[in-house]
Amino acid sequence: MIYRETGQFKTSYASDQQLFPILQDRVVVIGFLVFAFAVVPFVASEYLFRAILTPFLILSLAALGLNILVGYCGQLSLGTGGFMAVGAYAAYNLALRLPDLNLIVVFILAGLCATVVGAIFGVPSLRIKGFYLAVTTLAAQFFLDWLFARVGWFTNYSSSGSVAAPPLEIFGYPIQGPVHKYLFVLAIVCVLALLAKNLTRGAIGRSWMATRDMDVAAEVIGIRPLHAKLTAFAVSSFYVGLAGALWAFVYLEAWEPLAFDVNRSFELLFMVIIGGLGSILGSFLGAAFIVILPIALNQLPTKLGIPLSTASISEIELMVFGALIVFFLIAEPRGLARLWAIGKEKLRLWPFPH
Amino acid sequence: MNLSELEAREARALEERAPEPRRASGSPILALENVSLAFGGVKALSDVSFDVREHEIRAIIGPNGAGKSSLLNVINGVYRPQQGRIAFRGEVRSHMEPHRAARLGIARTFQSLALFKGMTVLENILAGRNLMMKRNLLLQALRIGPALTEEIAHRKRVEEIIDFLEIPHVRKTVVGRLPYGLQKRVDLGRALAMEPKVLLLDEPMAGMNIEEKQDMSRFILDVNDEFGTTIVLIEHDMGVVMDLSDRVVVLDYGRKIADGTPDEVRSSQAVIDAYLGVKH
Amino acid sequence: MSASARNLTIAFFALLAFAAVSPMLFQGVRFPQWLEIVIGGLMSGVLYSLVALGLVLIFKASGVFNFAQGAMVLFAALTLVKLMDHMPLVAALAVTLVVMVALAWLVERLVLRPLVNQEGIVLFMATLGVAYFLNGFGQIVWGADVFTLDVGMPKEPKILLDKMFEGGILVSMEDVVAALIAALLVASLAIFFQKTSTGRALRAVADDHQAAQSIGIPLNRIWVIVWSVAGMVALVAGVVWGSKLGVQFSLQQVALKALPVVILGGFTSIPGAIVGGLLIGLGEKLSEVYLGPLFGGGIENWFAYVLALVFLLFRPEGLFGEKIIDRV
Repeated sequence: MIYRETGQFKTSYASDQQLFPILQDRVVVIGFLVFAFAVVPFVASEYLFRAILTPFLILSLAALGLNILVGYCGQLSLGTGGFMAVGAYAAYNLALRLPDLNLIVVFILAGLCATVVGAIFGVPSLRIKGFYLAVTTLAAQFFLDWLFARVGWFTNYSSSGSVAAPPLEIFGYPIQGPVHKYLFVLAIVCVLALLAKNLTRGAIGRSWMATRDMDVAAEVIGIRPLHAKLTAFAVSSFYVGLAGALWAFVYLEAWEPLAFDVNRSFELLFMVIIGGLGSILGSFLGAAFIVILPIALNQLPTKLGIPLSTASISEIELMVFGALIVFFLIAEPRGLARLWAIGKEKLRLWPFPH
Repeated sequence: MNLSELEAREARALEERAPEPRRASGSPILALENVSLAFGGVKALSDVSFDVREHEIRAIIGPNGAGKSSLLNVINGVYRPQQGRIAFRGEVRSHMEPHRAARLGIARTFQSLALFKGMTVLENILAGRNLMMKRNLLLQALRIGPALTEEIAHRKRVEEIIDFLEIPHVRKTVVGRLPYGLQKRVDLGRALAMEPKVLLLDEPMAGMNIEEKQDMSRFILDVNDEFGTTIVLIEHDMGVVMDLSDRVVVLDYGRKIADGTPDEVRSSQAVIDAYLGVKH
Repeated sequence: MSASARNLTIAFFALLAFAAVSPMLFQGVRFPQWLEIVIGGLMSGVLYSLVALGLVLIFKASGVFNFAQGAMVLFAALTLVKLMDHMPLVAALAVTLVVMVALAWLVERLVLRPLVNQEGIVLFMATLGVAYFLNGFGQIVWGADVFTLDVGMPKEPKILLDKMFEGGILVSMEDVVAALIAALLVASLAIFFQKTSTGRALRAVADDHQAAQSIGIPLNRIWVIVWSVAGMVALVAGVVWGSKLGVQFSLQQVALKALPVVILGGFTSIPGAIVGGLLIGLGEKLSEVYLGPLFGGGIENWFAYVLALVFLLFRPEGLFGEKIIDRV
């Protein structure tokens, strides 16, 4: 009963094609945004900002980027960490070498650097599929790991290999403290999520999904796999690279190449699978899940009175991730986002049985 | 074309349909000349030539493995023949490319369903019009200008196709969950959305019951009559082939063994031998 | 293999051979030194081959690209090390084998069977989950330390051919034993596939799942068998690697190298896995020694992958793999 669309007639294709055609969805989304922008900054604790909200938002952005590639275009990538690193080091070098550049411009250019690198490593996808592609993206990951660790120019010849981000400032306003950082990231993520949604529901999104679902048929209706795959790699890498820059500048502040190693790639892939392949919402749900799970695992045993070492907890984490991946692939390949959709279906009728 | 026009047209089509096959007498729009295709050492097509006239319904028949699907794949460029030429609307090529075929107006349905399973009916058919849309990344992301207006304009055309195929109730259903018969219609719809000059249908009625076959036959005739679309059809049901088609080409073991009107083909000794089997 | 593909392969090998001897020609490296590097490279190649072999076996029989093969190697080695505290080597080997068979059975039951007829990419991601689970599980049960595995392999290196060259060449006997074990394993697998009825059934399944099923080959049992065989191969790899490098988490990372190996050799070819492993091992060592200094070192980490990437662009089916034609 709560989630009922009866009586909401669409009189034009424009109204049927708007972002959230159903009134309740619009209300929920707007309410959520108001809450995130206007309420959270005043009520959340510093710990919440630093340890959960900010990393969650940035990783959501990276997961969103990966989801465009894997979920929408069907091209498996294990090199996400490497592309994040490209964004992070590009932003570092831009800020270092062009200190007058506006921070927003730095981030956009950093994303574009990742776009170029991503498109280059996407070229093999034109000839190969599936796990073959996984191996080539793994090649990208290991090559980029090595590049940033060994080629001194990228780290400005820092002797330890670790670099630090400059203080954040846009249009003269410093972005300091957890609340400002949170709002900054939130604004970027909201805009980019909207753009991603628009892309995926338009002609380009259809060409991605068509290539994913049945590439031969897509070619026959005139969708060029070259165009579809390379745009997916480019857009995906832009998101991932920008997320990498944010991760480095806003969350880590100082970092070394290890922050973007192959485990980061796997972690992001898990977010996408658990959250829901081919779903914008799923990227957020998956990121939230994977950010919160280790924290919950850390706190649960002490709450229950079972002392566990940190080592055991990280091992349990591996097991839980592994088991969940298999579980979701078997039980609900479209992940948490699908569960959410099923829940909404149920709400249409609830509390009545029919 | 709006709904009432469609209804009126259907009624008209039913009244006017002549029981005997029509004779199309246009000039050839598509011609294959001495096409040969092999995979490794296996010959799929040997030296096949035939033409398709504008506005006709041309059937390709033959036993399993005769090379019928391969022939369609050569026409729309999925396979590249080793020998021979393809002429389409006066332009002669040694082979086609899939996206060029699409651009030139050759559409295609598939024997084993090749729909985009994760997309809705609407999205599947809209995808058929992707070629006609501008795909500027920035405009698409911001959903302004042509990205928005085109989406609405094409939606309108797609809705007409959905009405024509009588599937408006499932327009927002994900295709993978539809029953087989409806999926076949969506496949046809996606091809129609391209507004093709030539429509290649690969066993559009395979696995259907009588009723579904009648519906599909009606759709094919309507497309041919109303839009003037030339149709190349692979079908196993001889009744359907004889009723629908203007001319029939018969393949066996990758060779053309007969070509002519349904009656001529039916009485050809080579065809009878191929179907009933003779000692070679 | 078509003529052009053959030419391409020959050209590839010629280039590789040229690259391999070029240090002697241009950098004045002496022959014994070079030979030591080559032998060292081939030996680590044997180890890659062992992991790749497990991958190919599973891929042939079930079409699954098993990302967990490396985790299986680590898990087998860990189990063996821990069991050897309590029992003699032979008994520990036997029990570990039983554990690996049980693991195969569980994987079939809990992962493969529910995902039957899914796309390859889904199964691949599922094995990624298996790998994570196994890594966590192995360490929580057996501990996360670095263990030394001593199965009585000879440790001291030997100097060979000291009559022919001044100083001779230094060869690790452990590597030689490892190569012998690998050769023995491949030979016995070949006999298993060619001579036993189970082996023939496995090959039938590899060719066509549905056809095999329709003539009454029980697919589920075949999968358990093939995963068990892969588990056994993982155990052998674990023994060899573990005694060389110590049993530790990083084994898993090294095992990732098997991915470029099978791409080079072809997913469906056992000889391909062997040759690919040797090529990657060799290429890696030579490039590290002779090209490494130009790039600042550490190129061992990506050389194999980039080689595989380049190879994929020209010959996606690998050296020995079968070309797949898409039918519509």
